[in-house]
Amino acid sequence: MQHSVCLPVPIQKWFFSRGWEPRPHQLKLLAQGRARRSSLLIAPTGAGKTFAGFLPTLDDLISIPERKRQGAGLHTLYISPLKALAVDIERNLKIPLREMQLPITVETRSGDTSPAKRQRQRIHPPDVLLTTPEQLALLLSNEDGSYIFTDLKNVIIDELHALTGSKRGDLLALGLARLRTIAVDLLTIGLSATVARPTELRAYLMQQRYPQQQTDIADLVYLQSEIKPDISILETEKSLPWSGHTSRYAIPDIYRALKQHRLTLIFVNTRSQAELIFQELWYANEAHLPIALHHGSLDSQKRRKVETAMAEGRLKAVVCTSTLDLGIDWGNIDLVINIGAPKGASRLIQRVGRANHRLDEPSKAILVPANRFEVLECRAAVDAVRAGMQDNILTHAGTLDVLAQHIMSTACAGPFATNDLYNEICSAQPYSYLTKKMFERVLNFVTTGGYALRAYERFARLKPTKNGLLRLAHPRLAKQHRLNIGTIVNSPMVKIRMTHSHKKKSSARDRSLSGGRVLGEMEEYFIGELKIGDAFIFAGQVLRFEGMRETDAYVSNAASDDPLIPSYRGGKFPLSSHLASRVRIILANGGLNNDLPTSVQEWLQLQHKKSILPGPNEVLVETFSRQRRSYIVAYPFEGRLTHQTLGMLLTRRLQRANAQPLGFVATDYALSIWCAKDIGAMLKTGRLDVEKLFNEDMLGDDLEAWLAESSLMKRTFRMCAVIAGLIECYHPGKTKTGRQMTASSDLMFDMLCKYDPNHILLEAAWNDAVTGLLDIGRLGDFLKRIKTQIRHINLNKVSPLSVPILLEIGQERVQLSQPDDLLRSIALELIAEAGLD
Amino acid sequence: MLSSVSNCSAQSKYRSHYISLSDITLVADMTGALYWPSKSMLIIADMHLEKGSSFAVRGQLLPPYDTRDTLLRLAQVINFYQAQTIVALGDSFHDKKAFDRIGREDLEILRQIQIGRNWIWIRGNHDPQICSAAGGECLKELLIQGLTLRHEPNPVQGKHEIAGHMHPVAKLKLYGHSLRLSCFVLNQTRLVMPAFGSYTGGLNVLDPAFIPLFGNDELVVWVQGEQGLYPIAKRMLRKDYAAC
Repeated sequence: MQHSVCLPVPIQKWFFSRGWEPRPHQLKLLAQGRARRSSLLIAPTGAGKTFAGFLPTLDDLISIPERKRQGAGLHTLYISPLKALAVDIERNLKIPLREMQLPITVETRSGDTSPAKRQRQRIHPPDVLLTTPEQLALLLSNEDGSYIFTDLKNVIIDELHALTGSKRGDLLALGLARLRTIAVDLLTIGLSATVARPTELRAYLMQQRYPQQQTDIADLVYLQSEIKPDISILETEKSLPWSGHTSRYAIPDIYRALKQHRLTLIFVNTRSQAELIFQELWYANEAHLPIALHHGSLDSQKRRKVETAMAEGRLKAVVCTSTLDLGIDWGNIDLVINIGAPKGASRLIQRVGRANHRLDEPSKAILVPANRFEVLECRAAVDAVRAGMQDNILTHAGTLDVLAQHIMSTACAGPFATNDLYNEICSAQPYSYLTKKMFERVLNFVTTGGYALRAYERFARLKPTKNGLLRLAHPRLAKQHRLNIGTIVNSPMVKIRMTHSHKKKSSARDRSLSGGRVLGEMEEYFIGELKIGDAFIFAGQVLRFEGMRETDAYVSNAASDDPLIPSYRGGKFPLSSHLASRVRIILANGGLNNDLPTSVQEWLQLQHKKSILPGPNEVLVETFSRQRRSYIVAYPFEGRLTHQTLGMLLTRRLQRANAQPLGFVATDYALSIWCAKDIGAMLKTGRLDVEKLFNEDMLGDDLEAWLAESSLMKRTFRMCAVIAGLIECYHPGKTKTGRQMTASSDLMFDMLCKYDPNHILLEAAWNDAVTGLLDIGRLGDFLKRIKTQIRHINLNKVSPLSVPILLEIGQERVQLSQPDDLLRSIALELIAEAGLD
Repeated sequence: MLSSVSNCSAQSKYRSHYISLSDITLVADMTGALYWPSKSMLIIADMHLEKGSSFAVRGQLLPPYDTRDTLLRLAQVINFYQAQTIVALGDSFHDKKAFDRIGREDLEILRQIQIGRNWIWIRGNHDPQICSAAGGECLKELLIQGLTLRHEPNPVQGKHEIAGHMHPVAKLKLYGHSLRLSCFVLNQTRLVMPAFGSYTGGLNVLDPAFIPLFGNDELVVWVQGEQGLYPIAKRMLRKDYAAC
């Protein structure tokens, strides 16, 4: 091992005082810093990764103590995907700095930072600033952005794998490109968990100088964990549920497990699951153990409190969502319980890594499948982790809406030369293939809206200056734009406030709602569906809805046996392709070679007897009739999004074939469509052909026609329109006129489809749909793969494998394409009622 | 890429319905227009032409196709009923300067549909003056067979009226789907028309603003679907929020 590099004296002493040795990867990164070479550090959690990332910074700052007195600005920018992570790092960095008695200033900056502090940070920046991609974009859009960053030496990006491949990653890549223009010889350090293909991450860290000819990649510093994590699937006496996602059945087992450990993190996939599990654990909590709840909708102060209590070892368990997913170092965790299926091997490793943040001991985790299919998925995930497999981060091209936002931000910071900006953007890895023509289209969109049939030249937002630069037409535009920077488009949020119960007061006019403390925020649509007096669960409490005033929802404490649980949209991760293929293999051998619970094995064997178990490359399609309806069930195991799109397209085809489809339901594993006509018979007599039904040409016209009216496509478009700045994020309860524009993104979408079908935003939305919300790319791969691999079985009754999906009917919302059918049915009802027939 | 959304078929049996107001028979059309057969008159409300470009003035560059879309839909429905007289019930233009912003081609569409027809602009709060270049006649209100056609409904004297201004929408929840659709809302003597413009939003008919107009007695709501116009019972209507 190379030991030519030495730690700077104060750090050396500090290590010595604790009896520690610097680890090889830490020294390696230090050497990289001294050579000013950008690097990607891949190491498992618990390897002192973040500290390694900061070593070059500390080294620098120790060697030039007079730097500060010379009035130098920011030295290091640390960027993390999560606010909580930045806060945690601040804590974990300040303690050693204090102990080493180093006069290095470290501060965070986030949406929660006070305006006064932000202002001060811009004038007197600290040595090290910890922040998020959005805050960086915001800082760069200021006119003094270049002033703050002139002295910048190092940029550290934590959890890089969680950023690349997303819109946030694009935003950050463009920000990095900007920083490289402002501060010369910038050193970038990426920190990442193990990924299947690190090349993309390495390229992300580098300035792409000749993007068309070669890709520049950062050096790789790699540390592999030698100890495999100890992951098991929850053992339970109970028979596993057929369907559902609650995992209620497992509460006694979970409670027993957490009693036996020091501190348990209980991960769930959605916020509603978090609320539910937390509630159930409280009911089971005979020993009055300190158990807390942590998710993204809770008030930030509440979250900080939980985080502090964890760090101080005052808690026994925390129920949390992905807000605690990434690299947070709270030493004492010795068990991770993952409720529901992990959806991807990398995600699982990440979560398991939370337990035992020491390299020499295995992390311990228990998976709790919520239903039988999830058992298969959990099994596949455990096998994948044992085999050291990871999910791929797919190659991703920079998104156009984020580019539009960045161009506008750049204009807000000051006049720019078009050519220079284009070159700068191409130096960012996700945009290295951006053509000049595409850049000009996006620039044109930013300037005048980029409309084909009518120009907004008069209202151009960017105007040429005398020396051929482009500048903002009006300073007011900058103010407006900065409010909308970012790539996370939330549905409108409503604050949840405590107030007194108004139950006793009879008249509605007496009600005066006045402010109490804020519990957190919730999506407006959930609140919109509540009636006054409804009980629901939020922040782990049962609350009574008292009413709305402006943007706040007022609630009081309540007791109810049957409170509603908010269903939060989003937060559901699709099953990764890698896990999906493993699940198919387990299924193909009937679960015999895999260690599965008896109830699940029996279920698969029964399926083998009554129907078939498809081979690993096949897709099973079953048809059967039940209660005068005909069902067709397919089991692609390609994730819910893909199944939803497939379901929509198949429904259209069945409609045309006159099978009279009535509805469909999709899960992560399978989809089922039910029809009025007997599909089994249609397939048998050849009136319908199963190969043709699943032919990939459905991705042509059918897809286009469906997309034009699909609410998913409209949602994708809304996201692009907000990020690109076409429409501004709507805030609830503004004014009536504000409310009148809320449905507007749908109107914009219809208008563009009708009059400007080649508009850049439709193209951006389409690109997103292909990879994101609709997973069309994956659907295409699936349809290609299963050509000639379809196994159709006509049964005379329900198959064992189809039971879980049939049970979802009624639980899940049934998809529909046309509202008119519904309207007609209730109109007819009314007409009959009124005797108008 | 995306092909245009298919138009509704004119043959739909839900396309239009007879309604009765102060014993006068009128036809409510799924486009949001109202046809008065005995007068060969077509009434539309709240077109808000050039609303899109009004946002552009402030730096928000919305797709500038609302005027064209509104006028083309208007041309279609005029043609369908072969109406001789057109009454635009106010807020036809989004603001005082809207007429100056209309694109040349869009203005040409307006000119074409005005040829050979009586055209009456009723003034609204958004368009208190209408440029004479817009053609037609400009009035504050119009009284025909005891029915007043005005922009803003008048709860005091306004018995027997057809008005716009309110942009009524109905919110429905059907099998877990939430729909918010423009609608006609009426009782025996008063009709409030849906907004005809392509970029117009709406006010829930259960909003307190409708109480002075319809009280708590039975009001009838006809909502605009994609393919037709449908009557909705009052008990099916939902508020936007459970506001107090």
